[in-house]
Amino acid sequence: MRFLLPVAVLLGLVILLGVGLRLDPRTVPSPLIGKPVPAFQLPRLEGDAGFSDGDLRGVPSIVNFFASWCTPCLEEHPVLMQLAREGGVRLVGINYKDAPDDALRWLARHGNPYTVVARDSEGDAGLDWGVYGVPETYLVDADGVILHKHVGPLTPTVWSEDFAPRLTGAQP
Amino acid sequence: MIRRAWVAALLLGSTAWAETPVTEPQRYQALIHELRCLVCQNQSIAESNAPLAQDLREQVASQLAEGRSDDEIRDYLTARYGDFVLYRPPLRWRTALLWVGPFVLVALGLWLAWRFSRRPAAASRAPDPEALRRLLDEHRP
Repeated sequence: MRFLLPVAVLLGLVILLGVGLRLDPRTVPSPLIGKPVPAFQLPRLEGDAGFSDGDLRGVPSIVNFFASWCTPCLEEHPVLMQLAREGGVRLVGINYKDAPDDALRWLARHGNPYTVVARDSEGDAGLDWGVYGVPETYLVDADGVILHKHVGPLTPTVWSEDFAPRLTGAQP
Repeated sequence: MIRRAWVAALLLGSTAWAETPVTEPQRYQALIHELRCLVCQNQSIAESNAPLAQDLREQVASQLAEGRSDDEIRDYLTARYGDFVLYRPPLRWRTALLWVGPFVLVALGLWLAWRFSRRPAAASRAPDPEALRRLLDEHRP
């Protein structure tokens, strides 16, 4: 009985620290989940047309912030290419704080999975979306509401566990 | 002398980082020291050289220049990055443990110390005379 209390305290600590170790301190919960996407008006990477928050309405989209200077973006690129091949989801790329030429070269070299690519050269839209480390990927439903956010490279596991179920739920 | 010049240059440098001229250096410094950089999370945006920290410093400087209040600037950033961006988070249900936790631990510690400090006194209490007599009777030769 006398040993029960210290052992219980120790066990509690072990559990607490164990959970703490498993949490990823780099993922910051976004206050934007469940809210409409922030208003933005960006030029496209190619052509004169623009791209704005209103264009995100209609069908669910995956919005992916990427840059040619971002190494982890290269890591997730095959996942995006695979999604593009499978079809069924609109992939919106937002080229974050990048030179358009570099971005175009990067896409030409590694393949372009995006339906639309907008250009956020100054990172202003990124700031409004709460982007703090590219790549960042958002799931936006047909009403333009952010359902989920992932920071860091998209992996097949992240896709199938965090994105695919929500996307199925978001489809009418 | 040279050292003093260096310190001055460094101090000037830290405010000169922002592109927008800093209109209110004191408020600017106070704000950037209590806003947290999200990339290198154990640094304030004043200390960090991450591009995001530079952007956020620039935001703070330009919003100060526009005459926004400290609270408006904090709200602007928490709307985008959450309470995480504040080194001094507001007291809410979600942050209650953070604010109250240390005091609870201290109270627990004091209570334990008090309890354990009483134990020896209890042990040295005079034995029950009745029980003693019974024992002596039992073992009387």
